[in-house]
Amino acid sequence: MKIIYFSWLKEILGTSSENTKLPSNIKNIENLIKWLSAKSIKHKKVFLKSKNIRCAINHQIVNKNSKIKNKDEIAFFPPFTGG
Amino acid sequence: MIKVQKQKINISEQNKKLLMKKIGAAVNFIGIARPTNNSGKIKYIEIEHYPKMTETKIKEIEIFATKKWKLDKCIIIHRYGKIKPGENIVYVGTATQHRNNAFKACEFIIDYLKVKAPFWKIEKQNNKKIYVKSIKKDENKIKINY
Repeated sequence: MKIIYFSWLKEILGTSSENTKLPSNIKNIENLIKWLSAKSIKHKKVFLKSKNIRCAINHQIVNKNSKIKNKDEIAFFPPFTGG
Repeated sequence: MIKVQKQKINISEQNKKLLMKKIGAAVNFIGIARPTNNSGKIKYIEIEHYPKMTETKIKEIEIFATKKWKLDKCIIIHRYGKIKPGENIVYVGTATQHRNNAFKACEFIIDYLKVKAPFWKIEKQNNKKIYVKSIKKDENKIKINY
């Protein structure tokens, strides 16, 4: 699975993406956030603010109950500020 | 026509394209980088986007607006990268038979871009950078009106 980070998430983590293999018990975005939070202090710091974080699976905005698969591209980011 | 680009937007070129069709009304909106924010002078802003997703989201809105307000022409251009105060950031042009639809479509598109297209702004000041936060009022406007 490819996970991409944008904006301040990227800055805290010090990386814009990571490739990872999901354990079989990680079924949805909420599981993924919990799992990633335990990965490092930086991840924990990012996902502490998870209420302010949005998510996309394969470029489609989704909610935290959405199902995920190993071949998906997941993106985490804050609310958009374009225009 | 939609475009996501690094370079400055040539406004007169886009206006010319907008006015090419036999239309009754044309409206454009140009977003410009501000020189200051609440905490002082801005050196430049930096816009990041999610390349694969940005074009798709803007295309969706172009199709939606063209159908809803019967647009003869719709141009949406958004920049990314480093942008200095006074430079343009975004151009929205709508052309149709009557002004009401042209105004409404243009306002809708820019409102949409603010909260639904995957762009993020950073304001760089002398010794700090500020991640611009989304404005609840803008998010609600899209929910209520459309």
